[in-house]
Amino acid sequence: MSAAREVLLKVDGLRKHFPAKTGLLSRGVKVLAVDGVSFSIHEGETLGLVGESGCGKSTTGKLILRLLDPTEGQVEWRGRRIEQLTRAEMRPVRRELQAVFQDPYASLNPRMRAADIVAEPLRNYESLGAGEVRTRTANLFERVGLRADQLLKYPYEFSGGQRQRIGIARALALRPSLIVCDEPVSALDVSVQAQVINLLMDLQAELNLSYLFIAHDLAVVEHISHRVAVMYLGKIVEIAPKQTIFTQPQHPYTVALLEAVPVPDPTRRKQRRALGGDVPSPIDPPSGCRFHTRCPHVEQRCRREEPPLQEVSPGQWVACHLRQPVA
Amino acid sequence: MSPTWQRFRDAFRRHPTAIAGAVVLVAMVLIALFAPWLATSDPQALSPIQRLKQPSNGHWFGTDMLGRDVYSRVIFGSRISLTVGAAVAALSITLGLVIGLVTGFVRWVDATVMRVMDGLMSIPSVLLAIALMALTKASVGNVIVAITLAEVPRVVRLVRSLVLSLREQPYVEAAIATGTRLPLILLRHILPNTLAPLLVQGTYICASAMITEAILSFIGAGTPPNVPSWGNIMAEARSMFQLASYLIFFPGAFLSVTVLAVNMLGDGMRDALDPRLARRM
Amino acid sequence: MTALLHVQDLKTRFFMRDGVIRAVDGVSFSMAAGETLAIVGESGCGKSVTSLSILRLIASPPGRIVGGKILFEGRDLLALTEDEMRAIRGDAISMIFQEPMTSLNPALTIGWQIAESLVLHRGLSKADAMTKAVEMLHKVRMPEPVRRARQYPHELSGGMRQRVMIAMALACSPRLLLADEPTTALDVTIQAQILELMRELASETGAAIILITHDLGVVAEMAQRVVVMYAGRKVEEAPVEQLFAHPRHPYTSGLLGSMPHLGHSLQDRSVKRLVEIPGMVPSLREEHPGCLFAPRCPNAIARCLQEVPPLAAHGAGHSAACWNPMV
Repeated sequence: MSAAREVLLKVDGLRKHFPAKTGLLSRGVKVLAVDGVSFSIHEGETLGLVGESGCGKSTTGKLILRLLDPTEGQVEWRGRRIEQLTRAEMRPVRRELQAVFQDPYASLNPRMRAADIVAEPLRNYESLGAGEVRTRTANLFERVGLRADQLLKYPYEFSGGQRQRIGIARALALRPSLIVCDEPVSALDVSVQAQVINLLMDLQAELNLSYLFIAHDLAVVEHISHRVAVMYLGKIVEIAPKQTIFTQPQHPYTVALLEAVPVPDPTRRKQRRALGGDVPSPIDPPSGCRFHTRCPHVEQRCRREEPPLQEVSPGQWVACHLRQPVA
Repeated sequence: MSPTWQRFRDAFRRHPTAIAGAVVLVAMVLIALFAPWLATSDPQALSPIQRLKQPSNGHWFGTDMLGRDVYSRVIFGSRISLTVGAAVAALSITLGLVIGLVTGFVRWVDATVMRVMDGLMSIPSVLLAIALMALTKASVGNVIVAITLAEVPRVVRLVRSLVLSLREQPYVEAAIATGTRLPLILLRHILPNTLAPLLVQGTYICASAMITEAILSFIGAGTPPNVPSWGNIMAEARSMFQLASYLIFFPGAFLSVTVLAVNMLGDGMRDALDPRLARRM
Repeated sequence: MTALLHVQDLKTRFFMRDGVIRAVDGVSFSMAAGETLAIVGESGCGKSVTSLSILRLIASPPGRIVGGKILFEGRDLLALTEDEMRAIRGDAISMIFQEPMTSLNPALTIGWQIAESLVLHRGLSKADAMTKAVEMLHKVRMPEPVRRARQYPHELSGGMRQRVMIAMALACSPRLLLADEPTTALDVTIQAQILELMRELASETGAAIILITHDLGVVAEMAQRVVVMYAGRKVEEAPVEQLFAHPRHPYTSGLLGSMPHLGHSLQDRSVKRLVEIPGMVPSLREEHPGCLFAPRCPNAIARCLQEVPPLAAHGAGHSAACWNPMV
């Protein structure tokens, strides 16, 4: 991304540790859900955040939205530190920083009508007359591809894809600059996914929105992102522009992840062996490089020392001992 | 139509018993309201020469040991029982809701309040009500308060668990993310989703309170003796059971039928909220 | 060559309070021994109900198989008694499910759950069955099989539980394995392991596999032939290379176009839109004249809304139900 674009969000050394609830012997044992994450997002850009279950990507999203408080680290919005703000101080920031959630069934209050769900942010912040709230809500509805005559229906009367559109309309209500999308299409059918992905991309072009797009589906992330960060056990192992990360991945985990994705082309069946082992638990992560227990290129150094995130090619940062940083 | 009302409507269609219960309950309420017109005589009117007469044309349910018309006493008794049932249900739900909402959200209050509630719940509710009544004089108002206090802890526990699970719902997170303040979150997102289960619980509390009132009156710890509650009527007839079983039968029958009706209604409503049903939709 | 399985005009309905759901509405296909057939479609298309119908596991009420024949090795499964079916389940035909946690009994050790079918179907003693169970765990590449056999489902990761399910299903060397979305709930690297395992076991044991999925990538990896279902009906059937290279039915073509796949958006710099299939799947409760896909179809002609298209041949083993197929 060109450096001329403003940095909207900057995250530095973010950590979130949860106390583990595993019974009597759990004193002091922590789940290191997010353990040192840093990245920034520019205006009009989509940063994709991928990883498998337990990697901490959803927790990162919640930390940015201040739905959870970080154990350590900094979050900056337009240059201003926000991780320690009180609830009241966060309110003006929330206008610009909105969210779309994964579950189209549970992210809408089943007892509220669609119009009220979309209007809630408007009512929270602006003292508008009832007529104007109605107009703006109807406009939002239409912009996400729903009909205004459906405004008074309840969530159960809509399909999954339509509910997700309502969630997007709600996120757009305050004209935010950045939307954190936490697995927004994972629960949808393939053909509906396409509709929602297209919608998000159209809105980005139209409104100059930025997205933090959290997902586990690499193909979707590739399609919608400008830059991509790969997480493993609470840390970012690689972050690079889309073109680079999908054609020249440098971290062994990224390579394994890309190899594992089934390709819808029967002439290109997998010849290589799948990555072995299971995803380790974030309660007791491996020493040194967290990936060393499954890495096909593991060396002694990897077991002892944690590799720092270093730039190995323009814009591409990798945390691996085996890659040489650009001088 | 709101999803809750739709579910209630569908559940009632499936459960004719719930409708039967509702009908009987409405009939009882009408009886209570129109008691002065339905009674054939003054429930307090003594007539010693008419003592212990079997049910007959003049006295449909017979007379008691003081010559009072049992039918009229039973009709007026419905007022007491229904009032106690409804009042206890309403008060305990309201009080339990307020306490439960607060404990669900404020951690330090939660710890102390729940320990108190646990303590109260460890005493069987009837005994607790008796103990509370022993501290004051007998009156309908005091009976209501005593039974309410005994029922509140269970409501608090229900509300608290509802609040704890609702708090984690994504739509609550979404509300926080869109800048909704805490009081509005409670009012708009948490509260409406607790009302339906509380309504169901309320019907059960109503039934339980009516029986508790009867028990209290039966052992003399409830409504004052001159007030004709169903429990009192049965209490006074304790020693006469062999001679005049009708004295216990009629108020007992009315009590049973009312409690049964309330329970059937409550079952139908609970069925409406059963998550298994929700899946079938 | 006689087919291992011949499903003929299968019709399964669910009789609900507010209407009848035509979950499977006249589906036919055949399978030879040892081949892998994928049934692909989105949610609600009837693919899961088809496999449950084959094993007669449809909850009745409210469901019922109302028509058709299911010929397995020449016998019509729909004409057998429940006892005869029970002898077949777990023995000649096995099934593995999507969510291993709910399909495994949390109160029994996994070794015993595998051994159970051996005791039931092969009459082995408990000790012999447990020995064989450990062998099966070894076969599904479970690390430390002896120790694991004594563990309970909650002590295992998702990938391991799915291996247990596969071990259970293959314990009695079935001739047909029904796999209903076996990897949907798993992380992508674990999915790759499980798919690799299934491919190897299929060729080792010679079992035929019906693989039910919504993921066209998995189809391309695993299947030799594919059946595409839409709203309870079969719309296309083809050898896998044919399906991807020359889909004839507009729904198949739309599905292929609406899926983002890796490398797809890297080719040129312009922002690519995914192919959208507008609208929604029709309700299965209502009767619709004509082709069920017509309201959403870019190729729809007048005839489509009036007459149901029959399956027409488009080459060897390739058929599609369309009046105006893709060229």
